[in-house]
Amino acid sequence: MNATSNRLFSPAEFVGLAVLAVIIFLILPTALDNFRLNLFGKYLTYAFVAIGLVLCWGAGGILSLGQGVFFGLGGYCMAMFLKLEASSPENTAIQSTPGIPDFMDWNQLTELPWWWEPFHSLTFTLIAVVAVPVAFAFVIGYAMFTRRVGGVYFAIITQSLAAILTILIIGQQGYTGGVNGITDLRTLNGWDIRTDSAKDTLYFVNGGLLFVCILLAQLIRKSKLGRILIAMRDQENRVRFSGYDVARFKMFVFCAGAGFAAVGGAMFTLQVGFMSPTLVGIVPSIEMVIFCAVGGRLSIMGAVYGALLVNLAKTTLSESFPELWLLGLGALFIGVVMAFPNGLAGLYAEQVQPRLASLWFRMRGTGKPEDAGRPAAPDLEVAE
Amino acid sequence: MSDSKIPTSLSSGVSRRAMLAGSAALTAALFAPKMLLAKDYPTAAVNTTGLAVTDDTVTVGILHSVTGTMAISETGSVQAEKLAIEQINAMGGVLGRKIEFIQEDGASDWPTFAEKAKKLLVNDKVASVMGCWTSASRKAVLPVFEQYNGFLYYPTFYEGLEQSPNVIYTGQEATQQIIAGLDWVAETKGAETFFLLGSDYIWPRTSNKIARKHIENFLGKKVVGEEYYPLGHTQFNSVINKIRLRKPDVIYAIVVGGSNVAFYKQLKAAGIDMTKEKPLLLTISVTEDEIRGIGGENIEGAYACMKYFQSLDNENNLAFVKAFKEMWGSDIVIGDVTQAAYLGPWLWKAAVEKAGSFDVDKVRAASPGIELTSAPEGYVKVHENHHLWSKTRVGLAKADGQYEVVFETPDLVEPDPFPKGYQ
Repeated sequence: MNATSNRLFSPAEFVGLAVLAVIIFLILPTALDNFRLNLFGKYLTYAFVAIGLVLCWGAGGILSLGQGVFFGLGGYCMAMFLKLEASSPENTAIQSTPGIPDFMDWNQLTELPWWWEPFHSLTFTLIAVVAVPVAFAFVIGYAMFTRRVGGVYFAIITQSLAAILTILIIGQQGYTGGVNGITDLRTLNGWDIRTDSAKDTLYFVNGGLLFVCILLAQLIRKSKLGRILIAMRDQENRVRFSGYDVARFKMFVFCAGAGFAAVGGAMFTLQVGFMSPTLVGIVPSIEMVIFCAVGGRLSIMGAVYGALLVNLAKTTLSESFPELWLLGLGALFIGVVMAFPNGLAGLYAEQVQPRLASLWFRMRGTGKPEDAGRPAAPDLEVAE
Repeated sequence: MSDSKIPTSLSSGVSRRAMLAGSAALTAALFAPKMLLAKDYPTAAVNTTGLAVTDDTVTVGILHSVTGTMAISETGSVQAEKLAIEQINAMGGVLGRKIEFIQEDGASDWPTFAEKAKKLLVNDKVASVMGCWTSASRKAVLPVFEQYNGFLYYPTFYEGLEQSPNVIYTGQEATQQIIAGLDWVAETKGAETFFLLGSDYIWPRTSNKIARKHIENFLGKKVVGEEYYPLGHTQFNSVINKIRLRKPDVIYAIVVGGSNVAFYKQLKAAGIDMTKEKPLLLTISVTEDEIRGIGGENIEGAYACMKYFQSLDNENNLAFVKAFKEMWGSDIVIGDVTQAAYLGPWLWKAAVEKAGSFDVDKVRAASPGIELTSAPEGYVKVHENHHLWSKTRVGLAKADGQYEVVFETPDLVEPDPFPKGYQ
């Protein structure tokens, strides 16, 4: 360990963070109209999930194919609050039972289920947005990791959880809105979230929360805990024999990943205006892993760019070629994974950054080139 | 209400000939007296809300899934809408302006539908949108249309319980599809007992709720079972056993999508021969499109309750089927929803020309009372509640994948999205 890696951010990482901040808070808001900015806000909600995956998968070696579950739970908690607010007796006077969400009325429920009641409170909701998915992740993590279920088995189990939750939500449509999801969300404590100015505000709140999550993730990675995670990923038995309780570390990082995904889910609901089981299932969960893989699963920044670029490509391709776009997107994934196994971050660290660094030192003529030429993500050097 | 002054193109004799002749054969001279000229309707006057209208063109949106699981169902709607737009353009367009369209892919994914709807309304400023298919996609775009005051023509038969100022529902709401069919089966087939089953989401559940109320409260007959299975379910043996045990007179099936293939094949394999009508099978979810997947031999003898069948024998429909096949290939089939999608652009054109404006508020105000006298399904009219008056028909499935129409209501059935006594 040298001096730089004890700091929260190495100079190169700090520059990277500043560049991202400029892009998110200055360039995008000035360059884009309200509609496109809102779309980028939606893309950024996936970045939360991707950051969580960098911790779980990139650092901890736990591949979860069920992050959609946590994204969805966070989103549903938020949606329940918003739906209750939108279902005031005045707004729902046309129903057989006014005052309950419309989909409950269609399903012949005549009163609000008890577990919906607490979601009348915003404070409770904000806590539940993070607490419910994290608690769920804890239970799964406890059950799996203490029994030393890992690797591909864990991935398959998380994937089946995503399938189970989707089936549960669709099956219990009287309580959850079923396939349609929870739609037609309007206000947050009286504040209309559908207006253009609200969307702008939400975009900045979203960006701010993203940076909080980036800082937290970086803190975890740079701490002793982060080092143990990486050691665990590469040599789990050695860490265990050194006296560490491996399961607890895994549970912690899995819960952290779930928490990040949940915040993303809640912000998704706020910005897009609804939540549905199509965001919970296997396909979105795998897509989230793809964001992370394209960006680079070892780099926090890479994951953010991955989420942004893949979603941007999705939107652009589908607007230009409505009938062929999925093929183009598929080709892009295959190309990136084959050519750059460490994703965009790997490409940057291996190709771009050394050149930038040597250029920098030729101009400055001071310092140690080998130090500054280090890749942005130090973990890249750890051989798989 | 009458359309006497308004040349709603579908209702004029000239247009009927146009459709027979195919759009390529049109000459401007033939329609000169009927055509509205753009110069009589200056853009500044017909477009006061900044929609995508120029002196020569007007842009609309087409928003369906052309990828993903719903693509197989929604492609027919896209084709029908494109055909209608081409025919309208060949006749001189809307208020003298050619319709251009921007197509977006909803990708069978509800958030994508919402995103694309917003893009069409906010970025492209389309004057109207033809689109959506599933209820879930409609529910996802509805707040977007209401917020940005867009105008959507929605083609699918659906569960009702909705009446948005920003949507014209060109398909049937549930009561229009269900009640006449149940009356028919009770009267002509003497059915006493019914077994309801369906895929597990809002449309089959709401439809069966209405069916049950009608069977029990209005017909005085009996429901002997009601079962639901998740979308995509392929194991129907247990429900088939229940059916054999309870011996209903009618299986009332609202199985949706790919599950249909498994359901009808297993029904046949279990020895239930639908051509013997013991029990009789009545469905509201299988159109000619679905039969292509199921196979005509597997569903032969079943009855379907729709408002349109490809085999309808009238002049307008023959012309429509001919034009559709000319444009999209001779082996194509046309289901109920495809025809309803075809009505969208025509209803919009008629409303715009009645209003003399593309402004959504004026088109909305002009829409109730718009009638098409020679739609493929026959005469239709827009109700105050934004749904269509239309007939209900029962078809008998043939081995060749077509339906033979065995019954139609003598009068148009009034749309009633919030039916009293059925809630």
